[in-house]
Amino acid sequence: MTFQELLLVCGMAAVTFLVRWPVLALVSRIPLPPIVLDGMKFIPSAVLAAILAPAMFLPDGTLDLRPTNAYWVAGLASALIGWYSRNLLTTIVAGMAFFLIWRWLW
Amino acid sequence: MRRQEFWAGIRATFPLLVGTTPFGLIFGALAVNSGLSAGAAAAMSAFVFAGSSQFIAAKLFGSDASLWIIVLTTLVVNLRHSLYSATLAPHMKHLPQRWLVPLGFWLTDESFLVVDKRYRSGDRSPFKHWFFLGSATAMYANWQLWTWVGILAGQRLPNPAGWGLDFALVVTFIGMLVPDLRSRPFAASALSAALTALLLAGLPNRLGLMVATLAGVATGMVMEQKLQPPKELQ
Repeated sequence: MTFQELLLVCGMAAVTFLVRWPVLALVSRIPLPPIVLDGMKFIPSAVLAAILAPAMFLPDGTLDLRPTNAYWVAGLASALIGWYSRNLLTTIVAGMAFFLIWRWLW
Repeated sequence: MRRQEFWAGIRATFPLLVGTTPFGLIFGALAVNSGLSAGAAAAMSAFVFAGSSQFIAAKLFGSDASLWIIVLTTLVVNLRHSLYSATLAPHMKHLPQRWLVPLGFWLTDESFLVVDKRYRSGDRSPFKHWFFLGSATAMYANWQLWTWVGILAGQRLPNPAGWGLDFALVVTFIGMLVPDLRSRPFAASALSAALTALLLAGLPNRLGLMVATLAGVATGMVMEQKLQPPKELQ
């Protein structure tokens, strides 16, 4: 590991820890208003949707709705598998298989 | 009780390991292919422990970006973790720093999602932080292991990005999102976050992700108000 890499890892580790821990340590000492606590339950699904939409529809940075874009086709198939199977592991394994097969077909 | 919570945390996290395993593998392979040394790639997984920012850092390092830019990008990409901390913090008020420091370090998208669900479940178990510890231990050990496998594989096989394994994380997140879509306010919230993220995808450093998340939260709260009139009116 070079000195430059050492600086890089230390810098990344420091900023990442500083977005994770301080809020955990300080906010827990300050009571939050009920409206904020109520809204927080939407954070997990909203973050997931915000990560997923560009990953599925903009795989190369531009909107791609062609069937050759396996990310959105297999993503939609995975969502249907998840809806009907109600099982996370089944969804992941079957969705991944669908993706690899679809990519190979096209 | 503690041991039960710890193992329950590992079990709840298991399906997510299936999805993050290929991600760790590709990170290791991609990192050594973009010019990082094996030691630096492994140290990043051990001390930064934040998948998507590690990916971006490896890519930027390969394109000769300055250290400051990479560190700043890491900060912005990981800002969403402060939302996770804020969500979990009210449940963790009673914990001393010897718990908050390691659990803070180990906070990831995946652990946040299963731990948040555990904290919201009705029972009053005082040991839910052991569930968090179990989930975090499983995620951390798995991430280290597969980073190493990826480093070794990447030194032999070129072009890891073309293996198609990056879909694993997409399908994992889809599997976690779908159950929430059965509730109308949550579905509206997700739809609004997705559309906002698509519209703002051009913003640098994934800032669109933060804005889209907040738009989704706001939509969910408004929809909930509309579908359920306030109690005093009933």
